[in-house]
Amino acid sequence: MSLSPVTNGATTGALRIRGLHVERGTQAILRGFDLDVAAGELCVVMGSSGAGKSTVLRVVTALQPFSSGTVSVDGVALRPGALPKESALRALRERVGMVFQSHALFEHLTVLDNVMLAPMHGHGQTRAAALARATHLLETLGVLPRATAYPRELSGGEAQRVAIARALAINPPLLLMDEPTSALDPARRAALGHSLRALAADGRGLLIVTHDVDFARAVADRVVVLSHGIIAEQGPAAEVLP
Amino acid sequence: MTAASCHSGSTSSSVPSPTRRVIAWAAVMLAVGCGQAASDAVPAAVPAAVPAAGPARQGPAAKERPPLRWGGDAEGGAPFVEADAITPTKQRGFDVEIAAMIAQGLGRVPEFVQVAWASIEQSVARGDFAIGMSGIEDRPALRERYAVSLPYYEFREVLAVRTADSARLHRLADFRGRRVGTLGGTMAWTMLLEAKTQHGIVPVSYDDDVHPYSDLVSGRLDAVLLDHVLAERSLKRVGGFVIQPVPLAIGYYVAVLAARDTALRDSVNAILRARMRDGSLEATFRTWSVWEPQQAQFQRRVLDSADALARTATAAPATAPVTPRAARVSAWATMTTYLPALLRAAVITLLLSVLAMSLAVSLGMLVASGRVYGGPVVRAALIAYVEVIRGTPVLLQLFVLYYGLSDVVRLPAFAAAVIGLGLNYAAYESEIYRSALLAIPPLQLEAARILGLSEWQVLRLVRGPQAMRFALSPMTNDFVALLKDSSLVSVITVVELTKQTAIYATNAGSWAIPGALCAVVYLAMSLPLSHVARRLEQRWSPT
Repeated sequence: MSLSPVTNGATTGALRIRGLHVERGTQAILRGFDLDVAAGELCVVMGSSGAGKSTVLRVVTALQPFSSGTVSVDGVALRPGALPKESALRALRERVGMVFQSHALFEHLTVLDNVMLAPMHGHGQTRAAALARATHLLETLGVLPRATAYPRELSGGEAQRVAIARALAINPPLLLMDEPTSALDPARRAALGHSLRALAADGRGLLIVTHDVDFARAVADRVVVLSHGIIAEQGPAAEVLP
Repeated sequence: MTAASCHSGSTSSSVPSPTRRVIAWAAVMLAVGCGQAASDAVPAAVPAAVPAAGPARQGPAAKERPPLRWGGDAEGGAPFVEADAITPTKQRGFDVEIAAMIAQGLGRVPEFVQVAWASIEQSVARGDFAIGMSGIEDRPALRERYAVSLPYYEFREVLAVRTADSARLHRLADFRGRRVGTLGGTMAWTMLLEAKTQHGIVPVSYDDDVHPYSDLVSGRLDAVLLDHVLAERSLKRVGGFVIQPVPLAIGYYVAVLAARDTALRDSVNAILRARMRDGSLEATFRTWSVWEPQQAQFQRRVLDSADALARTATAAPATAPVTPRAARVSAWATMTTYLPALLRAAVITLLLSVLAMSLAVSLGMLVASGRVYGGPVVRAALIAYVEVIRGTPVLLQLFVLYYGLSDVVRLPAFAAAVIGLGLNYAAYESEIYRSALLAIPPLQLEAARILGLSEWQVLRLVRGPQAMRFALSPMTNDFVALLKDSSLVSVITVVELTKQTAIYATNAGSWAIPGALCAVVYLAMSLPLSHVARRLEQRWSPT
């Protein structure tokens, strides 16, 4: 698999988090969380439910405010406190893509339009450029034949690949994924692993949240285990995972 | 004395030529009233001697008999029927007193039944009460369908104009291109429709007799054509206009009974004649300041013809239906006359509904967006708008918009109808759109934001289009409802399909054919919409 190499990689790495604190009411969700994801690295975050894994993804995508600490995505820093206006997040939006567990595809748009929407309307690309990029991504991920289908007509695997194509349409240096294997059979899970390794090989940083130990063992450069808002353990998959 | 001689030649000669048809009809109607005299001479249901009129004449027997239920519209007000200022549950007016005379003559106690003026005839036919009164005009269709009393009051159709126009606007022919208002479904309305064809006037229909005069004074109308009783009452109340002295037609007030009640009608006629002879009717009319010298001539003609006909009457059965051949109008002829008008009114209904719905959809989207995205102040203001609109009747809103705000902004009736219905439906549409916007999964909105779309782009490209799919089916249903609710705008003088049907029904004397035709036209408009709604629902329903 070959996708466009990331050209805007920064020397600071794809993601750098230091001393991250997040509270929900009086409850602390993250308590001094640190994490680095280098360009070309595939990092998997694991942990029990409620450990704060999804909160990390929401903070990095500026959907969730944090009270203290620093977050930097490809050199673009997020500050503690209230969320900034969307207009102030343009630089961040160009640097991070996200694939949700439920894919969150736009039900009223075809597969092709789902992938072309952000480049055309969010990032000022021409229709021709967006079409070329979308066609290339869908072909690479093996779902180009479904380009005119609507999301409700896709299988779980197809929907996930479309969601990946949509997230990659603006070629972000950091890709986040939340539980990517939850709806996949073993064969599809293996194929997804190959695709993600290829994305990392192109110089992209990948941060994946999952409960799937086998998948983590198969694809991760590094595994981070989160417990009660702090890192309990981290290292190569072979060392961290039994 | 012949029937024609019942009507004074001097009266008809004083009336301008354009209304000859009406005058001819008036003559026929008076003759009809006289024609019943043959059978009324010894009415079956009336006591052998009709007692003299006067207070406290109800004997013990009256209390034992069932009350005489009679229907009228107290909203019409004095001098016909109005609620008593001190005891609002009681009524007063000359029709109230005449009903009391009739009841007393029958040895019964009168019992008033409130009914909308336009429904008096249909209500008496279905047996809600025995006699309908409230300034009911005699006309051919009435006699074709109902048992009608002899005329008990002669009125003049008079033109009211603004004082500045009094010297130059006398006849309907003077009103080419000008707006002339009256009560819908009346003899005056028929005259205005004829004048529209003959002289190019613009008839404007009202549901009441108060607003035509206020609209005349405010400049919305150039003239009002109505009974002189109503005109003079409004002159005292409203002022600011003059009544042209030469009447355009003569008409008569009558009591209406169900067609099967000819015996009771004959008794009523006998009582009315007795009250004309003993001066009770004159006293009542004097009490209400509507007695004029010509009323004496009119009563004399009625009584003379009754006496003459009673002497010359042969074997006319008392219960024979009274339907003058000249006055009989076939249902087919009426239908062909009114069908084009119904279709034109249907176009008005459709145009009005489309424009009002367009306004409702646009405004509803803005309100819904404001409620979902706006700050606390904006949300509070929009909630107030929605609740006020939903919590008050659309009729009230139309009245306020058209009449209440006329000192500030004088909207044309059609524009007021579009705005009124549009503002009303916008409140309901906004709730549909708000629910639809909130039904879009939040994760999709977050996905769109992460992809770099602005909040406006999220609404325009992701949230709005999907919400529209949720909203489309209820929206279409609302449009069908609006098609029907548009009938309410007749209260602000817009003649749409239902109003035109009501006028047709009043003239035809029945709702059967007009109602069926109206239903067919409404269904022709609403069924395709319902079909489209179902198709869209099937095609676009979220899976």
